[in-house]
Amino acid sequence: MEQKTSRIGRFLNALELDVRLLGMVLALLAIWVVFDVLSGGSFITPRNLFNISIQSASVMVMATGMVFVIVTRNIDLSVGSILGFIGMLIGVMQVNLLPDLMGQGHILLWLVALLSGIVIGALIGGLQGAIIAFLGVPAFIVTLGGLLVWRGAAWWVTSGQTVAPMDPTFRLIGGGNGGTIGYWPSLIVGIICCVLIIVSLVTGRQQRKRFDFPLRPMWAEFVLAGLGITIVMGIVGIANSYYMPARVAKRYAEANGIAVPEEGLQIAYGLPIPVLIAIGVAIVMTFVAKRTRFGRYVFAQGGNPEAAELSGINTRMMTVAIFSVMGMLCGLASAISTARLNASTNATGTLDELLVIAAAVIGGTSLNGGVGTIVGAVLGALVMQSLQSGMVLLGFDAPLQNMVVGVVLILAVYIDIVYRRRAA
Amino acid sequence: MQTQQNVPLVEMRDMAISFGGIHAVDGVDVDLYGGEVVAVLGHNGAGKSTLIKMLSGAYRGSRGDIKIHGEPAIINTPHDAKRYGIETIYQTLALADNIDAAGNLFLGRELQTRWGTLDDVAMEAETRKVMKRLNPNFTRFREPVKALSGGQRQSVAIARAVHFNAKILIMDEPTAALGPQETKQVSELILELKKQGIGIFLISHDIHDVFDLADRVAVMKNGKLVGSARTSEVTKDEVLGMIILGKVPENAIPGPGAEVD
Repeated sequence: MEQKTSRIGRFLNALELDVRLLGMVLALLAIWVVFDVLSGGSFITPRNLFNISIQSASVMVMATGMVFVIVTRNIDLSVGSILGFIGMLIGVMQVNLLPDLMGQGHILLWLVALLSGIVIGALIGGLQGAIIAFLGVPAFIVTLGGLLVWRGAAWWVTSGQTVAPMDPTFRLIGGGNGGTIGYWPSLIVGIICCVLIIVSLVTGRQQRKRFDFPLRPMWAEFVLAGLGITIVMGIVGIANSYYMPARVAKRYAEANGIAVPEEGLQIAYGLPIPVLIAIGVAIVMTFVAKRTRFGRYVFAQGGNPEAAELSGINTRMMTVAIFSVMGMLCGLASAISTARLNASTNATGTLDELLVIAAAVIGGTSLNGGVGTIVGAVLGALVMQSLQSGMVLLGFDAPLQNMVVGVVLILAVYIDIVYRRRAA
Repeated sequence: MQTQQNVPLVEMRDMAISFGGIHAVDGVDVDLYGGEVVAVLGHNGAGKSTLIKMLSGAYRGSRGDIKIHGEPAIINTPHDAKRYGIETIYQTLALADNIDAAGNLFLGRELQTRWGTLDDVAMEAETRKVMKRLNPNFTRFREPVKALSGGQRQSVAIARAVHFNAKILIMDEPTAALGPQETKQVSELILELKKQGIGIFLISHDIHDVFDLADRVAVMKNGKLVGSARTSEVTKDEVLGMIILGKVPENAIPGPGAEVD
């Protein structure tokens, strides 16, 4: 037994893989299998997984920012309200403001709305960050106030009226009707990702060779490459095996001038645009965390704020920047939610802050600061959404769903504490 | 009184700072020459750490002049201090526990690639070079420094100072958290740095930690300088008398904080 665990340990060591992350993937798969069995095989279907991925995209986007916030020993309780407020603003822009300025149905209308949302988010986040950093009010209080302020502001924009419909191009961001990229583009995206994985492994190895550093064993490189390619192509495969219902396919064929054969059409949806956005954000944020000065300072500040300051890092400006990034991601997530709903309501994003924080924490971000990964947060968002979808599938009532989510959050943090105690 | 021909590396004159009406440091003069080790001694709260934090840019004094190589120096931030070749190793080590040795060594001064990204490989290579010189047994380059022993962490902190061509090194309680073996290692390191002409301030409340390493001692009490002395001309007991009672022995130079009876 002893021998065996140490062999597994050595195997994982050689791969330089995060054991915790691996545990999360296994937990996610376990949740899927359990729900699949309980629901009589209707959980692990392309359709359900496709829907889970779209439903979790907005939380995923915000959770990547929440990692930076929590790593620096802060918290942001206002993200759901910011999402709601920005959603109202970009809704009003599309319905009332921009058509007058740019002309109804202008092709760039969606972009102006999206970018405005991101800029407003940056300003709101920056403002909250500045109050935290320069006036010394704790993040918990500033963002708790923000939770009320921005939710109230969302109501104020239209005195509570719902705004609809959104610009047709803008709606693609939400992944509904036409918001997927289709079979071949999905395959091409997948192949490009695989090539990038291989290129990064090869260049990494060459770099280390150049400086005579210890290398991973060759077999480990192959296992890593294989793992990466399997995951990427698995995601593409799921999206490409979810076909449009006959009626939708027929309409799609007519709109695109495709002849409908006798036996009917099989048109795959392919990757949804919001999922691509979430994956893109996760890649960019991982890059920022690992490969840039900004990311290094985020972690240094979280690990030892005094050390960071003594090393000449402007920790106050860092705090402003981190909350500003969080706000930008709220703006982007707001576009996804609003586009998916095809309407702006002042209640959009209610309780999202809890899902986002839960995603980050379940994904291994330590509330003590200094520790956390973007991939973990993305997986955490998937876990949360899988639990919710699974319970819906089994016919759980909404209050019961909330209770389960709450218990899971506490359990996840407890497991994290036990894990860290044993690792130390 | 002493015949020092060369200009001091550091001259601090009439340094003062107060927090909420309490004079933490009040009119202190201290000098440091190249290749010299000066121990700044005193009880907890005597103001020694505060004094030295003004030199390292962590605090801005309310009064006082600092000269480096005889030139007036303005030090308002840790960055300013680093520009003058002043590197500080803090009691709390000032290492980010969750980051590896190379990340800590270059914290605030990261090497970047052409594209503005972190050049981790180059930083690790430099770190390996420095550590080979300071602590050849050090091999755990890719682990967060949390996983390292006290001595290893101390050597990372010292490596950081040395790598950036420190001329003046400030060490706050350098051996307080270390075992005997590790203390010996750090002592050897200090002697080695001294040989290279670096001036070193050792801050300590325990005279036994630093007496044998220091060339001179400067003793503080209640924010004022009791006096300074060459370690070759006074005994440990006499220095203890300075620390505890503020009593200045014959061979020492009295300061404004000296007890007069």
